[in-house]
Amino acid sequence: MSESKQSAGKNPSGAGLGSKIANMTDTNLLLTITVVVFFAMYIGAILFQGKGFLKPQTFFNILNANAALIIASCGMSLVMITGGIDISVGGVAALVSMCCAVFLDFHNGNVFMAAVIALAIGLAFGAVQGFLVAYLEIQPFIVTLAGMFFARGMTTIVNTNPFNVANPEFVAVKETRIIVPGFGSVNKLGNYVNAYIEIGVLVAILTVIVLFAVLRWTKLGRGFYAVGGNSQSALMLGINVKKTKFLSHLICGLLAGIGGFVYFMHVGSGSASHASGMEMNAIASSIIGGTMLTGGVGNIIGTFFGVLSLSTIQNIVSSAGLDQAWWTGITIAAMLCLFLVIQSVVMARKKMALQAKI
Amino acid sequence: MENKEMKKTGVSQMFASLLSRQIFIPIAALLLLAVFNLVTDPAFYKITFGYNSAGDPVLSGYLMTILDYGSELAILAIGMTLVTAATGGQDISVGAAIAISGSVVLRVLCGTNSRPETLQAPIIVAFLVSCAVAMLFGAFNGVLVAYFRIQPMVATLILFTAGRSIAAWINNNELPIISEPSFGYFGGFIPGIPIPTPFFIAAACMAVTALLLRFTNLGLYTQAVGINENSSRLNGLNPAFIKFLTFVLLGLCVAVAGLIKVSRLSSINYSVIAKDIEMDAILAVALGGNALSGGKFNMTASILGAYVIQFLTTTLYKFNVQSDALSAYKAVVVIVLVVLSTPVVREWLSALWKNISRGQQGKEAA
Repeated sequence: MSESKQSAGKNPSGAGLGSKIANMTDTNLLLTITVVVFFAMYIGAILFQGKGFLKPQTFFNILNANAALIIASCGMSLVMITGGIDISVGGVAALVSMCCAVFLDFHNGNVFMAAVIALAIGLAFGAVQGFLVAYLEIQPFIVTLAGMFFARGMTTIVNTNPFNVANPEFVAVKETRIIVPGFGSVNKLGNYVNAYIEIGVLVAILTVIVLFAVLRWTKLGRGFYAVGGNSQSALMLGINVKKTKFLSHLICGLLAGIGGFVYFMHVGSGSASHASGMEMNAIASSIIGGTMLTGGVGNIIGTFFGVLSLSTIQNIVSSAGLDQAWWTGITIAAMLCLFLVIQSVVMARKKMALQAKI
Repeated sequence: MENKEMKKTGVSQMFASLLSRQIFIPIAALLLLAVFNLVTDPAFYKITFGYNSAGDPVLSGYLMTILDYGSELAILAIGMTLVTAATGGQDISVGAAIAISGSVVLRVLCGTNSRPETLQAPIIVAFLVSCAVAMLFGAFNGVLVAYFRIQPMVATLILFTAGRSIAAWINNNELPIISEPSFGYFGGFIPGIPIPTPFFIAAACMAVTALLLRFTNLGLYTQAVGINENSSRLNGLNPAFIKFLTFVLLGLCVAVAGLIKVSRLSSINYSVIAKDIEMDAILAVALGGNALSGGKFNMTASILGAYVIQFLTTTLYKFNVQSDALSAYKAVVVIVLVVLSTPVVREWLSALWKNISRGQQGKEAA
């Protein structure tokens, strides 16, 4: 864990913002950057893009559209905190949506069993990848890259053509809207419209809370940070490093499965091109949220804000009239690049400060 | 009896030394595929001589397809091997970078009009510009990896996402079409020569690489950096620069592959061109028996690996596997290869092998 207090001694009860920043742990510093960036971006959007962003429903729509991404990013953050990476989440989400769609439409399945299938697919991917990474010590990137290609290929094998699900039971669940009291707005016709969220958002928020609690207050959660920070010392502290790595991939796979199902509930169709680039967005969100690629540093709340920042910038790009598809790709990549460089600089400065102390 | 045992150890020793050779892996895979195809359908090896629509003599057949389409993969494998050896990671943006460099070639050739009657610039100029651009993007990846110390796969993920968008943006999302027939030579046939041109281009690249590795310290230095970065720095090398250089060289390979790719169509499709080729290139390196975690490499094995991958792809196509589903089969191959090459599994296998041979000896003694 790199939660070092080395600068605390230098500035005893120091007042002023500078010393406060210097006293921050890596996790908190990066989290603060993220939250500040998000609010600055949102306020900027309200100022420059007009009133659209002022409506609460705009914010809730961001949540509705990105619930699946939030869930997948939580899993991604967990794996990254443990020092690995998982780029199969998008592929798994596509496979889940296609399998559920086929199950519901061609086999007249019920929604509950579809959810079970989604969880099973996610767990299977997580278990196999976790085993290969943790116990056979293969680079996580290679394993999950193969996992991504396997999942995408399997999606095509399961069913080639994209189609909309017409199962009435499922459509009823898909259309369920949870009204958020107090955030409604008056539309152009003068009627009061309630703000709403979809079921997926509840799942996403629940995931964030549970994972945050696990990482902060349980022995297992501390183990993830310890393994990611320095697996040698973690081993010497008596932590089962292999099991911890395996568990991180297992949970990430499970969350990818859940995320895939939430995605499926949002779009209501199966297609091999679904969730394309989701792994990239999840990694970007985690990095923007202050999770370090090197492991040991990260925060689920930061990841949540990372997703929001990412989708806000997408909204800004599309509402600024630059809605050609390529702009989104370029802005996300630029943002990711920026935050990667910030991380790299932060790490280099920490290292230099540490060396100067010695 | 004694003589027999001697002979046996001789054979097993030869077998063991062959097994330990790195190039054994791609050759074994090639033989396996070749025998499989021979058994299922010997017509796979039929090569016919004919004339194409332009009236030029061409050889066609599955083997020619492999030589043809395996060539750009072989060119990429050269660069990917160097990057893998030096950084211990892989560049996953090669597909997107091919889209960019191909787009640049078309942009220079077409000028402002997307359907030019005549070429607006000589092909060599377009190629050189695309080389410069591809090396620039390679340098971008290289800076992130070498100087900002970001893991190669994550650093190249940036270009992987943005690349195809940039490619579309270079041509204003139009689809330029080149009507000039001489542009098609690079990805097709030169009139009068019945062997596909990409093979010659690949052969030229291989020759240049062989000369580079023979007469410069490139190979030694990349391996040294890959094996131990700190000790190579203490020996006076500049690890960051060597890592950076490998990415720039990969950029050059990408530009050559990009020229072949756009020449095949005389046009470009931003979202489809060179799709999933990063997977194939990594697979070629892995199949060549090179450790994906960096260090020693064997260039010949990588290049052979690239052609084996194309052999596999062509075989799968022959069995009417859809192009989107191909990746699932290849992913399985990757996993099997990587699992077999891990130390844990290797130890287990060698122990198993020892047990078996000991058991046989025991039987013979009894």
